[in-house]
Amino acid sequence: MLSSFFIALIGVAMIAFVAGSRRAVALAGPQISTLHSRPSYHGGYALILAAGPALILLILWLLLGGRILDMMVAARFDEVLSGLSMPQREAFMRDARQLAEGSIYGTPTPQTEAAAEVYRSLAATAEIILGIVLTMLAGAGFLLAWRTISLRKRTRQFVERTIMVVLIACSVVAILTTIGIVLSLIFESLRFFQKVPLFDFLFGLHWSPQSAFVGAGAEARTNPDVFGAVPLFAGTLLITAIAMLVAAPVGLMSAIYLSDYASKQFRAVAKPVLEVLAGIPTVVYGFFAALTVAPFIRRSGESIGLSVSSESALAAGVVMGIMIIPFVSSLSDDVINAVPQSLRDGSAGLGATKAETIRRVVMPAALPGIVSALLLAVSRAVGETMIVVMAAGLGANLTANPLEAVTTVTVQIVTLLVGDQEFDSAKTLAAFALGLVLFCVTLTLNVVALRVVQKYRERYD
Amino acid sequence: MTETYSPEHKPEAAVSADPNKAAEKTVIPQAQHAAEKAQGEHDIKVKTEKVCVFYGDKQALFDVDLDIRERQVTALIGPSGCGKSTYLRCLNRMNDTIDIARVTGRIMLDGEDIYETGVDVVELRARVGMVFQKPNPFPKTIFENVAYGPRIHGLARNKRELDEIVVHSLQRAGLFEEVKDRMDEPGTGLSGGQQQRLCIARAIAVSPEVILMDEPCSALDPIATAKVEELIDELRENYTIVIVTHSMQQAARVSQRTAMFHLGYLVEEGPTDVMFTNPTDKRTQDYITGRFG
Repeated sequence: MLSSFFIALIGVAMIAFVAGSRRAVALAGPQISTLHSRPSYHGGYALILAAGPALILLILWLLLGGRILDMMVAARFDEVLSGLSMPQREAFMRDARQLAEGSIYGTPTPQTEAAAEVYRSLAATAEIILGIVLTMLAGAGFLLAWRTISLRKRTRQFVERTIMVVLIACSVVAILTTIGIVLSLIFESLRFFQKVPLFDFLFGLHWSPQSAFVGAGAEARTNPDVFGAVPLFAGTLLITAIAMLVAAPVGLMSAIYLSDYASKQFRAVAKPVLEVLAGIPTVVYGFFAALTVAPFIRRSGESIGLSVSSESALAAGVVMGIMIIPFVSSLSDDVINAVPQSLRDGSAGLGATKAETIRRVVMPAALPGIVSALLLAVSRAVGETMIVVMAAGLGANLTANPLEAVTTVTVQIVTLLVGDQEFDSAKTLAAFALGLVLFCVTLTLNVVALRVVQKYRERYD
Repeated sequence: MTETYSPEHKPEAAVSADPNKAAEKTVIPQAQHAAEKAQGEHDIKVKTEKVCVFYGDKQALFDVDLDIRERQVTALIGPSGCGKSTYLRCLNRMNDTIDIARVTGRIMLDGEDIYETGVDVVELRARVGMVFQKPNPFPKTIFENVAYGPRIHGLARNKRELDEIVVHSLQRAGLFEEVKDRMDEPGTGLSGGQQQRLCIARAIAVSPEVILMDEPCSALDPIATAKVEELIDELRENYTIVIVTHSMQQAARVSQRTAMFHLGYLVEEGPTDVMFTNPTDKRTQDYITGRFG
């Protein structure tokens, strides 16, 4: 039903636009230039007045309507609900809703059926009221527009301002979402730190949250000693370092080749191909790491007498490095291309070779951009999960040996939250704390990267 | 040869009727014939024969025969798109950096064809320096900008020699007094005119024999332009200079010889004062008097 409201609204909007611009043209007569704004702005003006308020109401109803209905139903069945616990109450409401919508449901009780009946009738009434209000809003808006359109009406300004408001609203949505996520991370982490001291978490050397609970019954308590996250940080650092060792030189040098040596035709083919690497799902990289690279590393390690575990940091790091090559090369390529040709000419005009020009003029000029590309790649590597889950294992070993299995922050977040979990135990809350740390690290990296770029940007402009 | 011109030589003297300024070649009016003999000792530094340049299928230059004389300023003039910059860029093979450009004919620097296979472009460009239209200092310090060329060519054996080269080049470019206290500041922080003189200092630092200038003053204000022109006039003592310019006055002020290009052809060439007072070709006359271009 709501979707038909939307479709009707689109129809109203189109009609209002056409009518508005026609009206403006008609008012202007043969001298179209006497209009203050172009006819299409008058059309836009009518469109906004007719469809805008109705659209806002519709969206509000979409967001809040279900909740309002729930509250009304709950108020009717207060005496039934008051005797129930919180989860039972929610189950009751859910059953009622599902019954009302005609979904299949196991065993309806008379109470839930009654509630469903109320729910259904309320929803039907609400829909009719909504329809009437929407029609009135659209009609009133359209009439207002029709009346106020005149030769000197400044509809251009109105339309421009509305566009700005829409843009602001969109960015506010993005920002609010981010803030919401961060806040939820912080609050859940605070709950975790009530159970496990911050110091033990950040500097503890032992990580095994699966054995977090000691005692039973009333004796049950959380053992804070098993939440030392240092092995995870170390593992993340190790894998990231290996990945950057692979990605930075390969990505950077391929970027230099593409931007300064490759012919136009080759570049036109090679750049998209390289960017395809970025489009491969990380799970596929995970297969590749676990089934191809890891065994290969193990075999070659054993052939020279090293003991290599079948899941190694090296395998995960190398494959992760390959994954972020296109990231590094594409960003660096853009930065290197942005170095003005005049600098290259100036250097060539002094008798510098291509390699000298690149090393001594282009690279220094592009360095800020390259640094920020690398930092963004690092934050990408730090946040990567799938490859590590599949290729580096789950064991939280505190080691600097790339041939052993290690684990990372993201992998542990996954293992903590997979499956049925209580969401108030220290074990699951630990995931939020890890997420918060990860967020802080990547945020810092991104901020530093942006700062570096800004600070040195105008150097050759 | 010894210098015919005093260092205090004023730029505008170049357009005066002073017969000493004229060098021989082509059609020269009778009155200057005698004077030209005394002056005719400037050797030919660069000789181009039947130079054609193609960009892809499009021909941009047609059979240009032009001699550029040692220690003289040769101005290349002509309307936009006439091929003068293209010609200039042939002289140190800067056209090599453009994939689709193709050069035919012979360009002789001191009697050696610079387009012959086996010629080292790096070495050539060290001998034939270039200053560009827009000042393009590297995003490095003033010192590093000038030291760049000497460093890549290994011209200084130690830091002291490098310092000497840098200071000397900046002095020659008339910039030293203005920047001596801030050699460690970025070259991009200088004003437009200072940047251009820095680029000239940078070119001088590798001790080239020829300096090519592609509209070096087009991005500068009149005061900075006057300074750069003065500098060009002084540099003539030691260097052969070829300058592309859109300004007739500039060509008249700084050059001893002028070559007029039109639609990819060399229209005519001769001593600047003759070209500006008594051009033989109608097109030159039209261009100089501002009837087209």
